[in-house]
Amino acid sequence: MSQALHFKTQFNGRAWALPDSVDTDMITPGKYLTIIDPKGLSEHILEGWRTDFPKQVKAGDILVAGDNLGCGSSREHAPLSMLGAGIPVVIARSFARIFYRNAINVGLPVMECPDMPKDFVKDGETVSVDLEKGIVRNETRKLETKGIPLSAKAIEILDAGGLVNIVRKKLHARTTGAHKAPGAPPEADFKQD
Amino acid sequence: MAGMTLPQKLLALKSGQKQVSVGEVVDCKVDVAMAHEALAQLVKPFKEMGATKVWDPNRIVVPIDHWIPASSESSAKMHASIRKFCEEYKLPHLYDIGRQGICHQILAEEGFCLPGDLVVGTDSHTNMAGALGCFASGIGPTEMAAVFATGELWMRVPPTIKVELQGELTEPVASKDVVLSLIGQMGDDGARYQAVEFGGPAIDALPMYQRLTLTNMTTEMGAKAGVIACDDETLDYLDATPMASGRRKEIRTHAGLRSDKDAKYAKTFTLDCSKLEPVVACPQSPENVKRVKDVKVEKVDQVFIGSCTNARYEDLETVAAILKGNHVKRGTRLVVFPASTSIYLRALDSGIIKTITEAGGIFNPSSCGACFGGMGGVLAEKEVCVSTSNRNYKGRMGHPESMSYLVSPATAAVTALEGKLTDPREYYSEGELRPRKAVAA
Repeated sequence: MSQALHFKTQFNGRAWALPDSVDTDMITPGKYLTIIDPKGLSEHILEGWRTDFPKQVKAGDILVAGDNLGCGSSREHAPLSMLGAGIPVVIARSFARIFYRNAINVGLPVMECPDMPKDFVKDGETVSVDLEKGIVRNETRKLETKGIPLSAKAIEILDAGGLVNIVRKKLHARTTGAHKAPGAPPEADFKQD
Repeated sequence: MAGMTLPQKLLALKSGQKQVSVGEVVDCKVDVAMAHEALAQLVKPFKEMGATKVWDPNRIVVPIDHWIPASSESSAKMHASIRKFCEEYKLPHLYDIGRQGICHQILAEEGFCLPGDLVVGTDSHTNMAGALGCFASGIGPTEMAAVFATGELWMRVPPTIKVELQGELTEPVASKDVVLSLIGQMGDDGARYQAVEFGGPAIDALPMYQRLTLTNMTTEMGAKAGVIACDDETLDYLDATPMASGRRKEIRTHAGLRSDKDAKYAKTFTLDCSKLEPVVACPQSPENVKRVKDVKVEKVDQVFIGSCTNARYEDLETVAAILKGNHVKRGTRLVVFPASTSIYLRALDSGIIKTITEAGGIFNPSSCGACFGGMGGVLAEKEVCVSTSNRNYKGRMGHPESMSYLVSPATAAVTALEGKLTDPREYYSEGELRPRKAVAA
């Protein structure tokens, strides 16, 4: 990555080890779906997994999960609850696709580490994450695993502070006539048939 | 040019390219954008984006379906903000009380999604519309706010898994048994970031209501989309929808889209449907699939007939045929949520509601209801539910220590009569429901 990034890419914090297939019902149980704000959601974060988790998690903690984190529903509540709890980054061996997209869109950095061994992290150990280098370290036990560097699309969105800012710029450019796509004017893009 | 699979061809069409390849990120034009209660969440990002109008009010569908009628002050507040947004931006396709239904059912039965369309919805089961020859996928509310504002969305072209369904299904084995068997084989992330394309003789013979169940549950394989090529069954289905009038030609514009003969698939699964038996996904994952006859669940507290997966008219018909003249076992509750108001009305006309109610069931207005533990049949601690829905995660339908088992409508109906998990073949011979003596409560 040649250009300087505007979002934080290095983290160090206390880890929570999540198992495989932690689904969105565990992250934000259905009964809380009428809550919309991140702070309110963080009061119930991962309650479906461990009822006492919302009381134990602290701002700056890092979630390190197994396979298929966030499988299930498309509820954006799940990554929002993490943002609300002050979790700065989420690591998993793999992510469910909508959860991954939602996380990036709301500005929560995530990194996939497909080779991470099963017992890489235990609750309470210290981990460090370098998103640019694609490295996660267990500082307590001096272990290291590689992650897949973020895609250009994900970097673009995180760097802007979330999808909202990207679209705002795009809409602004359209109304002021700047940055027109080559070829047809943007208005013509809206016509489908 | 390398051959493309059907999902790849759909993304090529939507991104205006002749050719797309796996892994490529393409900017696509959206044809249909659906938002349910999540619309209440997208108002804020939509405004923050500086949008002053939606890209195309006619292409936006808003079915209120999770807590309808409002179950609490907080859901009522969400509904109020949805109604306000629809009024402010003049969105004509609001499905509110009186014509409400589960969002995916509304998209299908109203005829919003046509072959060749790109459909996105703020619900993971948006995949269901893929049975109509579309590329249909779930997204979150912030992303939907962007779609509302621009009509555009980026997509990474996924690899495609081919599912070849051989043989034919014999009642009471249904497409729910097919898709659960597939999830059991593939695992809950077996199709993660991939598209699933169904084909084969069993698909050709499968009626639309059962195809919709297949693509619906590709979500439980982790798939980005589940697609079935358009055929006569698709066209007949769409021609009979309320939106079809005057759109005969439009419906057929991309009806001929097929995968290329030399298309490359990441994997191929072949399943012989004639050898399938009724199956059940046991707690607490849809991948925990076993044969019904191998699983003992001696006490079932509730049977749930509902959800976008299996609450269509024909599903209710199957249930009513099994229940007719009989009564649900004492100690077991039968809770029914038809997938839409129009299904409810048909069931009212044909007497299905009377049959099921006389047998001891309770009918609820169309909504997602108990499927996600929202309302109408939420489970208490240690309660056991046998359900026609799509997920049985921990605490999905209520208390974290409740349990749900996922089955077909026929398995659910016989289970309601027996009060324990029961193989529906005990009630059938040679694909026909056996006549039985009526049993009193």
